[in-house]
Amino acid sequence: MAEQQLPERQSPLEPEYHPGSHGNFEHGVDVILSETRPGSILQLAAWPGEEKRLIEIIRKVTGLALPDGAGGGVSNGTRAVFGFASGKFTVVDEAEGLAQAFAGSITPAIGTLTDLSHGRTAIRIAGPKAEWVMAKFFAIDFALPAFPLGAGRSTNHHDIFAQIQRSGADQFDIYVFRSFARSFWKALCHASEEVGYEVQ
Amino acid sequence: MLITCPYCGPRDVIEFTYQGDGNRERPQPASQDLDAWNAYVYDRLNPAGDHNEIWQHSGGCRAHLRVVRNTITHEILSTAFARGGHKSADNRAEGRS
Ligand SMILES: [Zn+2]
Repeated sequence: MAEQQLPERQSPLEPEYHPGSHGNFEHGVDVILSETRPGSILQLAAWPGEEKRLIEIIRKVTGLALPDGAGGGVSNGTRAVFGFASGKFTVVDEAEGLAQAFAGSITPAIGTLTDLSHGRTAIRIAGPKAEWVMAKFFAIDFALPAFPLGAGRSTNHHDIFAQIQRSGADQFDIYVFRSFARSFWKALCHASEEVGYEVQ
Repeated sequence: MLITCPYCGPRDVIEFTYQGDGNRERPQPASQDLDAWNAYVYDRLNPAGDHNEIWQHSGGCRAHLRVVRNTITHEILSTAFARGGHKSADNRAEGRS
C-alpha cells in the first residue's frame, strides 16, 4: 500500500522566527516566545438560550468542563476552551480533526461550528515578564486575580484582533489572524527586547 | 473613557465603535411614510445630558450594545446588550455598569 503523503505544514512566522536568545538577555531571559501550532482551532457559537447545551457538548467531545461566567475557560495541556463572547467559545486541540469529532452533535437548532484551524495562528508568551510585555500591547488587566487561569479575553492590538487565554500563572496563548500573524509576531519580539527573550 | 461591556467588563473606548443615536426608530423597509423616514434619517434630540446610544464592542466580543452616555461629562450611565430590544435610557437600572 502506498504511504499517505501529507503536505508539510508551514508557519506564517517562518521568515521572522529565529530560535535562540535575543534582546537584553545578559541578565537572563524573562519571556519565552513560541508558536504552539495546534492542529485544530474551532469557533463554536450557541443561539441565545442554547448555551448550556453547547457547553455540555463541548464537555462530552473534549472532556473539558467550562466554568461559569463570561470569559471562563480551562485547558489541560493538549486541549483548551474559553469563552470569547456571549455564547461563543474557542476550542483548541493539539491534534487535527477536532471539527469532525463535533460533527453531528452541534445541530442547526443549537448553534454553529466554524473551523479556523487554518485561519488563526497561536503564539505563546511565558515567563516572569509575560504580564509586563502583554500589558504594553493590550489595554486589559493581566493580573492573576483579574485574569484567572484558563480564562479568555477578546481584545485587539492596533486593529489586529486577538483572543487571549491564560494557560499558566505566567503564560498566555494569543490567537491572531494568520494573515496578520507575522506582523504581530515581529511587534511582540520588539516589545520583548527590553526584558530579554528566547524563541523556542 | 471606559465602557463596561456586559460580557467583557470595563474596556477602553478605543475598542468600541459608535453606531449612532439609540432613539431612532427605523420604519418598516416597505414603508412609504416620508415623515417617518425623514425622522429616522435626520431628526436628532442632540441633548446636553443623558443620551441613548448604540455602540459595538468591535475590538472585543463584537456585541452590539445600548449605552446611555452623558454628552457633557462622558459618564457611561448604563450598558446592556442591544438584542434585548428595549430602550435603556428609560430603563436605566437594567444592566447598569
Ligand atoms: Zn465585549
